[in-house]
Amino acid sequence: MSQAVRPLPARIAPFGWALATIALTFLGLLAITFTIGRVVPIDPVLAVVGDRASRETYEAARLAMGIDDPLVFQFARYVGDVLRGDLGMSVSTGRPVIEDLARVFPATLELATLGILIGVLIGVPMGVIAAARQGTWIDQIVRVLALAGYAIPAFWLGLVGLVIFYAQLRWVGGPGRIGIFLDGTVPVRTGLLLIDSLLDGNWRAFRSAWSHVVLPATILGFFSLAYIARMTRSFMLEQLGQEFIITARVKGAHERIIIWRHAFRPIRVQLITVIGLSYAGLLEGSVMIETVFSWPGIGNYLTTALLNADMNAVLGATLVVGAVFIGINRGSDLLYRLLDPRART
Amino acid sequence: MILTRDWLLSDDPETRMQARMGQAYRLARALRRNPLAMVGLAIILALLVVAALAPWLAPYSPLDGTLSNRLQPPSAAHWMGTDELGRDILSRVIHGARITLFIVVLVAIISAPLGLLIGAVSGYYGGWVDRMLMGVTDIFLSMPRLILALAFVAALGPGIENAVIAIAITAWPVYARIARAETLTFRSADFIAAVQMQGASDLRIITRHVIPLCLSSTIVRVTLDMAGIILTAAGLGFLGLGAQPPLPEWGAMISRGRAFILDQWWVATMPGFAIVIVSLGFCLFGDGLRDVLDPKGRSK
Repeated sequence: MSQAVRPLPARIAPFGWALATIALTFLGLLAITFTIGRVVPIDPVLAVVGDRASRETYEAARLAMGIDDPLVFQFARYVGDVLRGDLGMSVSTGRPVIEDLARVFPATLELATLGILIGVLIGVPMGVIAAARQGTWIDQIVRVLALAGYAIPAFWLGLVGLVIFYAQLRWVGGPGRIGIFLDGTVPVRTGLLLIDSLLDGNWRAFRSAWSHVVLPATILGFFSLAYIARMTRSFMLEQLGQEFIITARVKGAHERIIIWRHAFRPIRVQLITVIGLSYAGLLEGSVMIETVFSWPGIGNYLTTALLNADMNAVLGATLVVGAVFIGINRGSDLLYRLLDPRART
Repeated sequence: MILTRDWLLSDDPETRMQARMGQAYRLARALRRNPLAMVGLAIILALLVVAALAPWLAPYSPLDGTLSNRLQPPSAAHWMGTDELGRDILSRVIHGARITLFIVVLVAIISAPLGLLIGAVSGYYGGWVDRMLMGVTDIFLSMPRLILALAFVAALGPGIENAVIAIAITAWPVYARIARAETLTFRSADFIAAVQMQGASDLRIITRHVIPLCLSSTIVRVTLDMAGIILTAAGLGFLGLGAQPPLPEWGAMISRGRAFILDQWWVATMPGFAIVIVSLGFCLFGDGLRDVLDPKGRSK
């Protein structure tokens, strides 16, 4: 199949197919949360209203959920509700789940974004250097970090970090997003506290917010760093073994140019997928970290809801994290195919 | 039968058993050359021994403590200190090895055969069966595993058995993918055609001829996944959704110690070391096993 003469529809068709797959995956996610909410519990109504609900509330919820309808109808109605943004009411906060999620999501976004920045800005150069100087100390460090990233529980590392950097050294702020006296002093614009406090010109709040976010973000960043550095190293080694690198060396190109221009450039596209995966993983990892640091994000919301048996909130949070996860996952895959001509055939 | 090196390494084994034992011997020799893999193996063996002999190894009871002895720092009498009920943490960590082993073994027993079967059926039949099964697999694969496990536990109710089920439900898709990829490489091979012509049923071909060939890469992957399974189980325990107190599960112990983390750091940190060491053991051994069994998947 020749690339140049293919008509436009033929080039777009694979992407249409990819989009259809994504839509199908989302539907699969909905099917899973639906199953968890309606099929797995012995009494789904009780799971939603909680065991302290009165008889009237229970009957009203039972009617509203349409438990007696066939499952297919129930699922169709569920999909319709979710598409309209109706995730039900939370038993513990008494507000619609979607409003709760919109309120807590920016905190998670802030944490995960800082984490991925740390992971990319340190992990990529580390991986490149480790590959360029195979067998040296930096190479060993990348190996050890990669292993540590697999073997250390994030919540435990968070606790150890709190003991060392908060309790002993007093370098960072403790749990929460901001110092207790500054809480609520920053008007909410974007929901990202670091940006809001800057927009407000409130330096004290910014410093406090920074000192609170830096430890959890570093710990999250550590896990993405371990993964990104390992993948970068392995991609780079693959490139450095290619013949065009030997050619460049024979031509007498400077080692720095060989590494950054000849070897690093081709792997940038591969790195997009890795970074995307890593970012999605951070959103997931933040559940544990947020619990440890009392960070009022979606992970904390989810675990609180879990302990209160607040099923609508649990499923809503699962749905949102799952959707973002799938979006980033499949999105970076799509981007990869768009940018890398080799992956198009 | 004489167990000599020459007999084991013979190029023309006389019996099937000799061939198998020779293969195992070659594998062991290759593994022995990898010091890190041997460290991993030693850790796993230590876990097995500690779990088996827990009541004899533990200096104190894991469940009863003396309240007057609560929150003591590590000392000669209590190597890891005592917790908020005066229980010896070392004894609890030792007994916790049983729970960890119970969880990883059960998850592996449930998820690996399930994944193998789905992958082998998918790869062997091909066509719409393949497309449907792999569609479901891909959907599960692109979900966040931890969150999914959390949601399942929320619906099933907290507890160690439900945690195992929830983790197993999220773990099988990887094995299905591997088994399918493996099956595709030999599904049109002559030996499959030969058994088909002998009149073997599909069930027989899949269970006797396809699945055994997928085993080695699945075993490698399961070993590598063990660390992740341990971390997820500990995470569920930490959130109060896995093993329930007073069970000495490592994650749950960390969670209890959280309340005293700033003054009595040992309560929460000690079980964490156990988690790290055991996960590391599975990582190292899995890496070594992969290098020996599955050279294609070796990371550089």
